[in-house]
This record gives sequence, structure tokens and C-alpha cells, in this order.
Amino acid sequence: MIAQLDARTGSRRRRGSRTATVTIAAAIAMLAAVVLGVAIGSTWLPLGDVVRALLGIADRTQEFILLTFRLPRVVCAVLVGACLGLAGALTQTFSRNPLATPDILGVTSGAAVGAVATIVIGGGTYAVGSSLLGFGIPAVATVFGLATAAFVYGLSWRGGVDSYRLILTGIGVTATLTGLTSYLLLQAQITQAAAAAHWLTGSLSGVSWTSVWPVLVVLVVVTPIAAAQSSALEVSGLGDDLSVGLGVALHRHRLIVIACAVVLTSAAVSASGPVDFVAFVTPQLAARLARRGRPPLAASALLGASLVVVADLVGRAALPWEVPVGIVTAIVGAPYLLWLISRHRSQERTS
Amino acid sequence: MTSSPPLRRTRGTGWLAAAAAAAGVVLVAVASLALGSDHLALAAVFERLLHPREDVGAIVWGSRVPRTVLGALVGACLGIAGAVMQGQTRNPLADPGLFGVSAGASLAVVVGVYTLHTTSPTLILVLALVGAIGASMLVFAVAALGRGLASPVPLAIAGTAISALFAAVTSFLVLSDQTTLAAYRVWVVGSLSGRRLDDLGVVLAFVALGLVLAIANIRALDSLSLGMEVARGLGESLLRARLIGLGTITLLTAASVAVTGPIGFVGLTAPHIARRMVGGRHARLVPMSAVVGAVVLLASDVIGRMIGGRAEVSVGVVLSVVGGIAFVAIVRHGRMAAL
Repeated sequence: MIAQLDARTGSRRRRGSRTATVTIAAAIAMLAAVVLGVAIGSTWLPLGDVVRALLGIADRTQEFILLTFRLPRVVCAVLVGACLGLAGALTQTFSRNPLATPDILGVTSGAAVGAVATIVIGGGTYAVGSSLLGFGIPAVATVFGLATAAFVYGLSWRGGVDSYRLILTGIGVTATLTGLTSYLLLQAQITQAAAAAHWLTGSLSGVSWTSVWPVLVVLVVVTPIAAAQSSALEVSGLGDDLSVGLGVALHRHRLIVIACAVVLTSAAVSASGPVDFVAFVTPQLAARLARRGRPPLAASALLGASLVVVADLVGRAALPWEVPVGIVTAIVGAPYLLWLISRHRSQERTS
Repeated sequence: MTSSPPLRRTRGTGWLAAAAAAAGVVLVAVASLALGSDHLALAAVFERLLHPREDVGAIVWGSRVPRTVLGALVGACLGIAGAVMQGQTRNPLADPGLFGVSAGASLAVVVGVYTLHTTSPTLILVLALVGAIGASMLVFAVAALGRGLASPVPLAIAGTAISALFAAVTSFLVLSDQTTLAAYRVWVVGSLSGRRLDDLGVVLAFVALGLVLAIANIRALDSLSLGMEVARGLGESLLRARLIGLGTITLLTAASVAVTGPIGFVGLTAPHIARRMVGGRHARLVPMSAVVGAVVLLASDVIGRMIGGRAEVSVGVVLSVVGGIAFVAIVRHGRMAAL
């Protein structure tokens, strides 16, 4: 309570400098996570060896491990986390609901139907299957995710989109798609069902440079567009009427923000499968650290990247067997939600 | 876009609604007995019902009677639980799956199959029941440590968090062992196929207790529908009303999940339909939700049997696909505001 008051009364410059500090700290955290993520694994690759391998003067085994396994995986984790953190920050801002995630638009459930259908139907004949799976799953997941989001948006359009109706429509469409996914899982052969279940938990095992490039392109294209909406986001947080009065073209602004969130989520999901809680937790964390009402975009993205890199590292190195990154983030994210409830109580006591 | 129905309509049409509901139950029950992958004449079904013999009698008594009885029971339980939950939280989106019931049952089933290497239906039933009740106790405890049980929001958040945590462990176990995955993917869609009348014995006590609590909760639900402040003014003990309501919801949904696996949308939609038929007074709404729930569940099961042929589509899949579409249609026509 005191922190919020402080943020409100504090000068704009002070808030700005605090956001900048948080952003820099998040960037440092991400770099540290990347160095650790590259170093730790079946072979120990400290920073010096990594630099030498990148310059091409290390021994061949190290270079091979670094360039084929370690680096694409860590880079992919950074990109997926950044996409999810940014998408979460955008969604939480436009819906003015701290519990909202990009999933409300059905992106993830749409991508899941597409990916599971590809695995179950396309994986039938082995030769066709293997070539289809490498390229096909991300492509189909992207198409289905984007199509679902467009469908949900279109269905909730009634001379404008109101975020409550959007959320409800998303719930309905998600339910239908989840039903289809479990039907597909039930019809599949057990090995394919296992592959599909693996995809559905969100995992970075088996990513290669091919999975990295599309996400990188999306992030590079979408980030400036999202950043350009940043000042309008600040205003639209004040409410629909006020922001129209202040000259924000509300529908266009909202459509751009939603489209950015959808494309980012869709890119992340197509590369790794759905990684839970990142889009929910990191924007909140960023907003809390920066002591602002709405999550700062850059800090959310950087924290998202750090979280996914560390979660993936824990998942592959902490236990003798590999745990998919989506499970690790859920195990971290769920207690965070519970902590939010307990905070509610202590706030009520003090007030 | 329809405006909310005037009050007198609900009073005048009470008997009509009851008659329609009774006719609906009879119709879906007959359909559930008569229709299936083995084509039996209606007369033959009823003859075997009265004089059980081999061949056709085995299909009727061994398969169709159990799934009809259990389907009606589960539908009724979910309908009541949904009505109580919506009365408690005054939130049209309240679904009994919220309190970690499904996730807890899933985790218990998966842990059981993983460690004991058995897929005995009775064991799965008991595990699901224990898991469902255990998980919602945990959710209530966590919410009570936070802002308390009096407000629905911390309960819903605690439910989401515990569900996510359990789901993470569940998917880890499912990924590590294909036998577990095989059992889990069949259980988790929610199905009435292969259920036996014996299953009833395990859950009957829970259902009965849940019904008693639901009846005890009816008056408080009417007061709560006027708002917390008014309810307190009318002399309701909010905490007691809340605890009885949570008990009802937990017992009835846990029993349902144990019998069929998680089935969505019945608890969400049955009370809405019932409210349009008999209005908002809970003495009528709760029983009517039970009837509508039974009809919806049995009808979906029959549809699943008909479209799938030998490889029937389970009732859980039918309900989530059809229910999702119906839900979107309702939202689109702007009726959500009137709920």
C-alpha cells in the first residue's frame, strides 16, 4: 500500500530512473543466466572456452557441443522467455487485469490442437513423419494459434471489442479445442501420444537453430511496434472513456497491442510448446520491482528470458533425469500465485 | 438480447417446467437404454430389463443400465454443485472444477498407476475420490491462510495455483512412463463407458452427504443472492453458510470425478438453463439444476455413442466441444449480462 502511494506521488523522473535501474538489473541477470546456461551441462564449458570456441580456436568436441546443442538451446530459451514476458506485459496492460495472460485469446490451445494433430496424423508413417515433425509442428502450431486468436477476436466483435466478452469467448473456444486435443490424444498410438504429451508440457529439448530463427525474426519485428504503443498503453490504463478523451484511437491501439501479444505468444509456443506461468509472473515481477502500476515492457521481456533460461537449466541439470522446462516454470509460478494471496492478507492487516 | 423474464412467469410455469424436466429425463433415459453400437429393438430392451437373460440381457444390464444410472447421477451431482457454487460466488463462470478437484483426482490416479502398476477400475475410483477431496481441502486451507474463506477470489486463485502445481507433477509422471500415460489419457477425458453399478457403492455415501448439505444450504443461498451485507443483516452466519456450501461442492464433484473422470460444462450450464426455467429461488433452482444436469449428461453420452460407432466418443469430449460452442453462442448473444 505504501509502495503504491509512493509510486503515485513520486515524480515521473524518479519512477523513470527506477524503471531504468530495474531494466539494467534484469539485463545483467539475463546475461548471467545465459553464461551459466551455456556453461553447465554434461560437459563443463566455462566462459573462456566458449569465447575460444566461438573464435574457432577451441578443440573440435567443445565447439561441436557448443554450436550444436548448448547455444541453440540457450538462445531459444532467451527468445521464448522474452516473447512470453513481453506478450504478458502487453496483455496485462490492455486488459487492466493483473491475472490476464495471452492464453485468454486461445493462442495456446489452438497451437496445441495443431501440434498434436500433426504428431498424431503426420507421425503415422515414419519417413514422412520425421521430416514433417521438424518443420511441420512449429508451422502448423503457428497457423492454428494465429487463426484461433483471430477467430476469438472476430467472435467477440460487436461494434467494438470489450475485454470481458473477449475473455469469455476465449474460455469457450479454449474448452472446445481442449476437447479436440484430448480426443486426438486418445485416438493416437501410445508412442505418438507420448510425443504429443511431451510437446504439451513445453520443452526445449531437441531445439536446433531452425527453431531459433523464426522466433528471432518475430521478436525483432514486433518489439519496435509494441514499444511504439508504449505511451498509448500508459494512457489506456486510465480507462476507456478517459483515454478516448485524451485522444487515443482506442480500437486501433487495442488491436495493435493484442496482435503483438498474439504473434509473440504464437512464436514462443511454436518453438517450445506452451511454457506455463512465464507470461503471468514476469510482468508482475517487473511491475513490482519498478514500483509501477503497469509492467514495463523491456524489463518484463528480460526477466522472462532469465526465467526461462534458468528454468531450463534447472530442468536439465538439477536432477539425474531431464524435466521439461514447462514443468519447472509451473512449479515456480504456482507458489508465486499463492504468495500473492498471502500478501493480500498482510496488506489487509496493516491497513 | 432477451430481457430478464418477469417474476410472475416463473411462478405460473413452475409445474410446466417440472413436467418438461420429467419428460426430458424419461426421454434421455430411454434413449440411453435403447441406443448404442449394438442395435437393439426397444421392445427387446424392455423385455430384457424385466427378465434378464444372456445375450441381449448382458448388454442391457451389463452396460446400458449402469451407464444410464451413473450418468444421471453424475449429471445431477454436477448440476447441484454448479448451482450451489454459482449461488455462493455470484459469479456466472463458477465451475466446480475450480477448487483443484479435477487436478487432485488426476494426480492421485497417476501416482497410483505409476507406483502400483495396476489399472484396476475400483482402485482408480478410490484414488480419484481421495485425490479430489484431498486437493480441495488443501485449496481451502491455503485460502484460509490467506484472506480467508469468506471471499471467493482467493479461493479461485488458490484453486488455480494448486491445480497448476498438481498438473505439473502429473505431466512429469505421465511423461516418464507410457503405461501411466495410457491409463491417464483414457481417464482424463471423462467417460461413462465400462462403468459398473458396483461403482455406485463406493461413492453413494459421499453423494448422500453432499445432498444433505445442499438442502441445508438452500436458505442461506437465497440470502447470499441478495449480497453479503444483506445476508449478514438477515442473520445468516456467512462462515457457516460458506463452509456448508464448500462441503456440498467438494463432496458432489469429487464423487462425480471419481465415477467418470473430469467432465466440464455440466456444472457451468445446467444452473443457467434451470434458472431460465424456474427462476432464481434456490428451493426450485437446485433440484431443477440436478434434473437438467442429468439430461445434459445423458444426452451427450448418447450423442457420443452414436457419432463414434464402435469407437465411441466419450461424453467428456462431446461436452467440452459442444459446451464450448454453446458457451460462445451465449456470450455472443449478450445473455451473459442477464445471468
